[in-house]
Amino acid sequence: MITVLRFLWLIPLAPFAGAAIAGFSGRWIGRRGVGIIACGSVALSFVLSVVGVAALSGDLASLDALPGLAINLEARRVTLEVAEWISVGGPDGLVVSWSLMLDPLSAVLILVITGVGFLIHLYSVGYMAEEDRGYARYFAFLNLFTGMMLLLVLGASLPVLFVGWEGVGLCSYLLIGFYYTETWCADAGRKAFIVNRIGDAGFLLGALTLWLASGSLDLEPILDGVAASGPLREVALAGSLLLFTGAVGKSAQIPLSVWLPDAMAGPTPVSALIHAATMVTAGVYLVVRMGAVFVAAPLALAVVAGIGAATALYAATIACAQTDIKKVLAYSTISQLGYMFLGVGVGAFAAAIFHLITHAFFKAVLFLGAGSVIHALHGEQDMGRMGGLRDRMLITWVCMLAGGLALAGIVPFAGFWSKDAILWGALSGGHTFLWILGLAGAGLTAFYVFRLLFMIFHGKPRDEDLVRNAHESPYIMSGPLLVLGVLSLIGGIVGLPAIIYGGDWLGRWLDPVLAHAPAAAHEGVHSAGAEIGAMVLSLVIAGAGFMVALMAYVLRHVWAERLPRKLEPLSGWARAKYYVDEFYQRAILGPYLQLCHIFRQFDERAVDGLVNAVWRTADGVGHFARYLQTGFVRNYALFLLIGAALILYLVLP
Amino acid sequence: MSLVWMLTLSTALFTVGVLGVLLRRNAIVILMAVEIMLNAANLALIAFSRHLGSADGQILAFFVMTVAAAEAAVGLAIVLAIFRLRKSVNVDSLNRMKW
Repeated sequence: MITVLRFLWLIPLAPFAGAAIAGFSGRWIGRRGVGIIACGSVALSFVLSVVGVAALSGDLASLDALPGLAINLEARRVTLEVAEWISVGGPDGLVVSWSLMLDPLSAVLILVITGVGFLIHLYSVGYMAEEDRGYARYFAFLNLFTGMMLLLVLGASLPVLFVGWEGVGLCSYLLIGFYYTETWCADAGRKAFIVNRIGDAGFLLGALTLWLASGSLDLEPILDGVAASGPLREVALAGSLLLFTGAVGKSAQIPLSVWLPDAMAGPTPVSALIHAATMVTAGVYLVVRMGAVFVAAPLALAVVAGIGAATALYAATIACAQTDIKKVLAYSTISQLGYMFLGVGVGAFAAAIFHLITHAFFKAVLFLGAGSVIHALHGEQDMGRMGGLRDRMLITWVCMLAGGLALAGIVPFAGFWSKDAILWGALSGGHTFLWILGLAGAGLTAFYVFRLLFMIFHGKPRDEDLVRNAHESPYIMSGPLLVLGVLSLIGGIVGLPAIIYGGDWLGRWLDPVLAHAPAAAHEGVHSAGAEIGAMVLSLVIAGAGFMVALMAYVLRHVWAERLPRKLEPLSGWARAKYYVDEFYQRAILGPYLQLCHIFRQFDERAVDGLVNAVWRTADGVGHFARYLQTGFVRNYALFLLIGAALILYLVLP
Repeated sequence: MSLVWMLTLSTALFTVGVLGVLLRRNAIVILMAVEIMLNAANLALIAFSRHLGSADGQILAFFVMTVAAAEAAVGLAIVLAIFRLRKSVNVDSLNRMKW
């Protein structure tokens, strides 16, 4: 059983192979073949992950040490060197190998990636059924993404992690621009890619900083070395902040959050898999993975917590004012990622990972449900034209309700436990202000999610023609929805806190990885009564959000309907997304384009002018010299003779 | 026979060759004139070789003959090709190779 860990490399390889088969031979194996290959490879990867994680939880001591297979019993970490990659500078030089690492943290993530990924692959078979030419391309990219994501979380060194990091970014770009014949889709893909590039530059610089200080790019020596005082500890602040820049880009936090709403241009299952469940959480994973470095620099942790809390609240307010289903969910995702960073920043690493998992479940079901609705309405995404879909799409409604209740943080749905774990982490860590921000965000979350559900499913249809022919999606789509819906309900079971006699399995499972997590601060609140009280308080606030949404969109209470007007200009700003895009356009893109214009002028006038002068000279000389070329061979012979005579005259003394 | 006489003959032959190339219109005759020039050079080489008592000039003369044979083969082939195309070997009518 335990020997399966030697075949760790098969986990990412399976989706890569699927991508190659679907991408290169999609034309010959047909649509059915592509679907089977794509889903099958991810399913295989899932089975391998389950077996691998089971092996990891077993008795590691019985595993014989093999060349290339290292085991760290204390951290429950298995490192497998698959192949050599870079080796320069002799024995003391830089050595980077393709090595994979399975520890409790990556174990949790590969289960989520392959599990949720498999469900979304299945759903895509139904969702993309009407897609004609891009069918194989779609699944090849989706498989490639899954493989890259697995490489990201399994990578045992920063360069391998970075390959996965860039790989998922590439797949994200390719899938956002999937409908590349539409200019706005292609633009959205480019925007995502470029904004991510800014963060990735930070990631690279951070990795190099850590390398300079530690002499190694492998995670193990960096994480173990930063605990002791030394050069690594001195660069911990710079290194962690630079790495966090990468996380900010990938996870769409302030100020690099602008790409995620635009990324909704891609097919909806892509939004569910890449832009909600997995890729965007890679930033959270990175910070947790490099947690030891962040813990060594308390200021960096404070920055993470501050940006997380600010983003959670900021994105939640925007989500309240959008009318496009997918935009609401996109801002919601940004907001929830903010919560995860808040959790990481206050030192509640396990809570952040807990929220990452439950968020993968409930946000995937919300996106897939939204996709089901959009599918039924032939591409309509404006909630303002929907309504009354509950009876026509019962399964979708039930599943989205489960996802929505989880997102809103209603007991006993999964999101309640994880969000509360984060908020409790903030409160017990003594970060009262951040806790209040988080609570306010929770209220807004409940409001916008019920607003979404009410506008889609309840009341009378606002556009009869649109809604009349809507019908439930086929089983291949509703099946994954149901599974994810159930997971949204019961997913919290893995991390039930001890206070309500839960096992907190996740926390204990992650303990070996998070040994460096800071102990709870002394100034915080610790009593059991406070923990229960905080839970009740967040439930009350979520209930208040629900009530406002109910009054405004179902009961049509006058007070609630007038609420947006009363909140001017705040509500207007939220509708306009706080003009962030416009601000970037003016403050950064405008001057940048002017600079480009100047350089273009320089290129066209100075550089091209020089080149043109050269050819004009040659052309002018040739204009006269060409008369020497008569075409008469005897003339040439005469020139030859004259030339030879001239040389003789010059050479002879 | 002194060196001077031999060089005089060589110069005379060379001049004949040059004038032939410059003045004649028939391509074949021009080729023949080129051969005369090459052989005039050969004569000068051999004259010096004899005068200096060195074999270098004679060896060089053999090279010139080899090159001359190759030149004649290529030249005649070109002339033949031109004749097939234009039904003429008059070089004055061949003035199309220009701007």
